[in-house]
Amino acid sequence: MSLEILLIAVVTALATSLIGVFLVLRKLSMLTDAISHTILLGIVIAYYFVGDLNSPYLLVGATLMGFMTVYLIEVLLKVKHINEGAAIGVVFTMLFSIAIIIINTRYRNVHLDIDMVLLGNLEFAIFDRAQIGPFSVPRSLIVMSVVLLINLTMLNVFYKEIKLVSFDYALASVLGFFPLVLHYVMMTLVSLTVVAAFDAVGAILVIALMVGPASTALFYTKTLFHTILLTLGVAVLNSVIGYQLAVVFDVTISGMIATMTLLSFLLSFMLAPKRGLISRMFRIKRQKSDVAFATLIGHIQNHQGTQEAFEELNLNTLHEHLKWQKSFLDAMTDKALKAGYVEIENDCLRLTQSGKKYYEQLSFIR
Amino acid sequence: MNSAFRVEDLTVAYDREPVLWDIDLDVPPGTIMGIIGPNGAGKTTLIKAALNLIKPLSGSVSFSGESYKKFHKKIGYVPQKGSVDWDFPTTVFDVVLMGRYGHVGWVRRLRAEDKKAARDALEKVGMSDFANRQISELSGGQQQRVFIARALVQEADIYFMDEPFQGVDVNTEKAIMTLFNELKAQNKTVIVVHHDLNTVRSYFDWLTLLNIKVVASGPVEKVYTKENIQRTYRSDTLLTSERDDNV
Repeated sequence: MSLEILLIAVVTALATSLIGVFLVLRKLSMLTDAISHTILLGIVIAYYFVGDLNSPYLLVGATLMGFMTVYLIEVLLKVKHINEGAAIGVVFTMLFSIAIIIINTRYRNVHLDIDMVLLGNLEFAIFDRAQIGPFSVPRSLIVMSVVLLINLTMLNVFYKEIKLVSFDYALASVLGFFPLVLHYVMMTLVSLTVVAAFDAVGAILVIALMVGPASTALFYTKTLFHTILLTLGVAVLNSVIGYQLAVVFDVTISGMIATMTLLSFLLSFMLAPKRGLISRMFRIKRQKSDVAFATLIGHIQNHQGTQEAFEELNLNTLHEHLKWQKSFLDAMTDKALKAGYVEIENDCLRLTQSGKKYYEQLSFIR
Repeated sequence: MNSAFRVEDLTVAYDREPVLWDIDLDVPPGTIMGIIGPNGAGKTTLIKAALNLIKPLSGSVSFSGESYKKFHKKIGYVPQKGSVDWDFPTTVFDVVLMGRYGHVGWVRRLRAEDKKAARDALEKVGMSDFANRQISELSGGQQQRVFIARALVQEADIYFMDEPFQGVDVNTEKAIMTLFNELKAQNKTVIVVHHDLNTVRSYFDWLTLLNIKVVASGPVEKVYTKENIQRTYRSDTLLTSERDDNV
């Protein structure tokens, strides 16, 4: 029973994060957030026609409105001086507020909100079941498996094309790959996935799953294929650990998985080798110190044997010439002494033979 | 039809003002043509219109007498470096392979010959050692070499290069020019958006001076005159004519 919940969570995470890779790469991460609100308008309009809160057409309306959202954002992006963030913001609030106005004026007595149609509660998902042959299976598990299958198939078949469009829209067009069509196919998948996943796991988790695992994976990978694999891995890991922790601490599963998604992202943000914050800080510090070291050696080389050498290279005044802290100069001097690049004579620094060699091989001097 | 690239009555407008006005061009095959002009002259727009990336208000382009639709697979394109996201998770080799996608076609996978073409092209631009690097780790000049390699594997008949020398050091610029001359020797046409007036004479054998309208277009020795440059650059003329004493 509870294994079914985990299974729904994992399948949803796979389907959502897979398509999320391309949203993140196209810098459309916030699109999920927009769609998650604008589908309310789709639901309201569909309700206007069918008048039944349980009708599956409400889901169709939601998906179509998701697509509409993407289209309107795309139209705005064509206008100069509007960036992705602004376009998403404008479309999102406009469609959402229209939905609110319609509800407030026409359906004040109907309990019409996103939650009514898209229940989105992982814990309860197992009670809504469907019969497949002799098996009784949670409905959302079936839906999400189908969505995952569609996403995997499309990506597998059009992998090369989608990769090209994501990286270089203009070249895709010149090579005859109809980038606009491909873009809308992708965005239809996004819309479909968001609506289906909403119904299965709820709003916040969908947004987290779309954006989180892909953003995490991008700290480590250098090819698109590896990014996709790692994204799926991170998504599964977050789901499994989140689920286990939720069971142990008796808290909401969706919330815990979303928390794990954030946590894994933050850990990577800090600790990832090369691209993580800490590694970057160390690298910058090391580069600074490397350049400072070279500066010191260069300074000695320039003034060695000149008239002002005693003034310029004296250990007691040198730091003033370089505008360095005395302690920093001492550290650099120590380093140079240890490396055997300099020696001290009458309180003055002097380059050794190997110090001169070091100076000559500095790439930016040559 | 003895023109590799022909533009007739082309006008492009974004808003109310035209960006390109009544453009007529005729470029023979086997030439390297430079397009020069001040900022906002419509150089990039001209290339985009030629490649069907924007819809013109009027006019048409043709390639060896054929329409874009028929010919587009034989067009090589190097966009401005800034037009793609260099943090994209992909390797140098992968980017060059993208130039082969047109030959491979929809849905089908890349073949051994495509990979060989990509390796050869990387060799040609001197980037073989970087094949497995992520593109985010490249310098500006290396990025440009990768883009050129990608255009080479397209095995096109005509190449459009939007500022291939932007942010590139002298050595890379020379290497790229050598490649262009090789293409020319194979009777291919290379069209280059260019900025450095000092190198116009040595780089190109055909030239278009553009400033919304075509100021002049033809063999370099005929059209690259002081007067044409002044008409093209108008207010900036003093600077350019002084710098370019040999005109």
